[in-house]
Amino acid sequence: MMFIRLFVFFAGVLLALFLGWAALIGVPGIQIAAVPPQPGLRPYTFEEAYGRQVYIREGCIYCHSQQTRPQGFGADQARMFGRPSVPGDYFYDKPHLLGTMRTGPDLLNIAARQPSAAWHYAHLYNPRMVVPKSVMPRFPWLFDEKTSTDSLDTVVNVPGARAFIVPNRDGRALVAYLLSMNHTYPVQ
Amino acid sequence: MSTLVEERPESLAPLRRVMDETAALPVLLYFGTGIFWLLMGTLFGVASALKFDLPDWLDTVPAFTFGRIRPAHLDAMTYGWASLAGAGCLVWLTSRLSMVPVKWRKCLLASVALWNLGLVYGTGSVLFGYSQSVEWLEYPPAAWMMIAVAFLLYAASILRTFMARKVDHVYVSLWYILASAVWFPFLYVVANLPIYSGVMHGVVNWWYGHNALAVWFTPIGLALAYYFIPKTLGRPVYSYYLSLLGFWTFGLFYNWNGVHHLVGGPVPNWLQTISIIASVLMVIPVLAVAVNHHLTTFGRFSMLRNDLTLRFSVFGAMSYTAVSFQGSAEALRDVQETVHFTHYTIGHAHLGVYAFLTMLLFGAMYYIIPRVARWEFPHPAWIAAHFWLAALGVLLYVAAMCVGGIVQGRAMNNPAIPFPDVVELTRPYLTLRTFSGILMGLGHVIFAVLFAQAVWLRKGALQ
Repeated sequence: MMFIRLFVFFAGVLLALFLGWAALIGVPGIQIAAVPPQPGLRPYTFEEAYGRQVYIREGCIYCHSQQTRPQGFGADQARMFGRPSVPGDYFYDKPHLLGTMRTGPDLLNIAARQPSAAWHYAHLYNPRMVVPKSVMPRFPWLFDEKTSTDSLDTVVNVPGARAFIVPNRDGRALVAYLLSMNHTYPVQ
Repeated sequence: MSTLVEERPESLAPLRRVMDETAALPVLLYFGTGIFWLLMGTLFGVASALKFDLPDWLDTVPAFTFGRIRPAHLDAMTYGWASLAGAGCLVWLTSRLSMVPVKWRKCLLASVALWNLGLVYGTGSVLFGYSQSVEWLEYPPAAWMMIAVAFLLYAASILRTFMARKVDHVYVSLWYILASAVWFPFLYVVANLPIYSGVMHGVVNWWYGHNALAVWFTPIGLALAYYFIPKTLGRPVYSYYLSLLGFWTFGLFYNWNGVHHLVGGPVPNWLQTISIIASVLMVIPVLAVAVNHHLTTFGRFSMLRNDLTLRFSVFGAMSYTAVSFQGSAEALRDVQETVHFTHYTIGHAHLGVYAFLTMLLFGAMYYIIPRVARWEFPHPAWIAAHFWLAALGVLLYVAAMCVGGIVQGRAMNNPAIPFPDVVELTRPYLTLRTFSGILMGLGHVIFAVLFAQAVWLRKGALQ
């Protein structure tokens, strides 16, 4: 008798977890897995994919989302964050970086809003140089300090700097990734 | 109705002594390492909070950047503090409720060692740039696998002790303990599998993120509340049938909630809707638990003055009711439109994991430590000081973040306000948050000192 009751208990408990899995993962998994990449979306280049790893490493998701909401739900449209995102926009994203926080603005279409690499370098080196009210951390380790530069270097314009501030490989890759964040191609 | 009132304490004293002696070593190891992670988590948390006040502080070392210490804080507090302290409490409670000394103690000792190894590896990975960057699932494979095995070792000992039980009646707390022992390993492993991508990965992420609370952290808190409130009051749970209803509706509804974290996002509308409906349905189990806990306490509030375990436990149980109703309302689309992507969610999370779970853990540990260490805390005033620092700290925290979150959300939804001004508007609330974090941290230091004192001065060897 006790054995039967225990069996019913554990079976019920596991069934409850399974039902939730089936509803939230199983069924939508079938629906979403069938979604092809959105026409207009291209895979990341090697440098962009490496930059995405820098984005992951520095924990950018804890302040920046990568999902845009429709007209009538928040002010994403009025703030020019871009058209509402669809599953096909994320075809090449592993891991996903949808995010749940907007201490800073959404970045799904940051390249469309701010296409200047020079701006991004200055902003990453010291956010308060370009956005005085920002609370974003500085990322000095994405840059090297050099006493001389060559024609291949991008020098960040830092007023009063004693050396040339030049983005290193990680910094260049992160900006390449940010400049790939343009999902403004149309959705029919 | 329950075994608690049928007990005759005088005849149980020798058995309790054996049970406490057997449980002492594993329980104190779970507690001691749990408190270590509580202190680490506090450091990460206060440092993360300070970075909003002083963005240029401590920012030349990559390991200390906000985006790394903030997940280190969450993981140290959940997989470290709450899980280890929770496991210790539940090991002791399973033995007490089964009326049999803890079985398979070696499993528990291995579990503590492996769990902490996983935490050190996981925290180091997040700080030094090897995070998976998936909220609640930051730890890389080696770390989460160690923690998963450590949990299975804990679950094996719990189930073995339960199977050897000397009582027929299975008390409510044990339902939650047994269910979480089989739920959590499935959830943790399935969510960590490296097979997801794109939007579906986001869905799995929040199916897990919410369910970690449903199948592990909330059951810890409810098991403790169901035991310690009736126990310290010396009266039975108000209604046994309500607890039955509460348990099964909890199991059925809670794990459909996850997608309410993605309301308005690129996931199918029907999926968001069923999660919102399930979130509202959570009112049923929460009411059942609330009626049970609050009506058991009702009329005995004067006992909160002298019994500090009861004081922590009742505060925790009241917070459970509050955080659950807040969560049900928060999931609604109209509310999400404002509070999604804001500090409001962080406030809600601390009302749950701190005001509810952590306060119940504190209360339970103040009850269990003297029994397993055979040493009474000589100065209850310090425990009361810990209570007030923690209680006022977390209430201030939740108030600051929830009000600040609404201000932030309303400002973000007003396109006339430039984004940097939205950031500026939230800063006074974030400074209050830092202050409240320091209050809670002071409480943790008192707690750690009291624990160290109890272990140092304990009577009898740890076997």
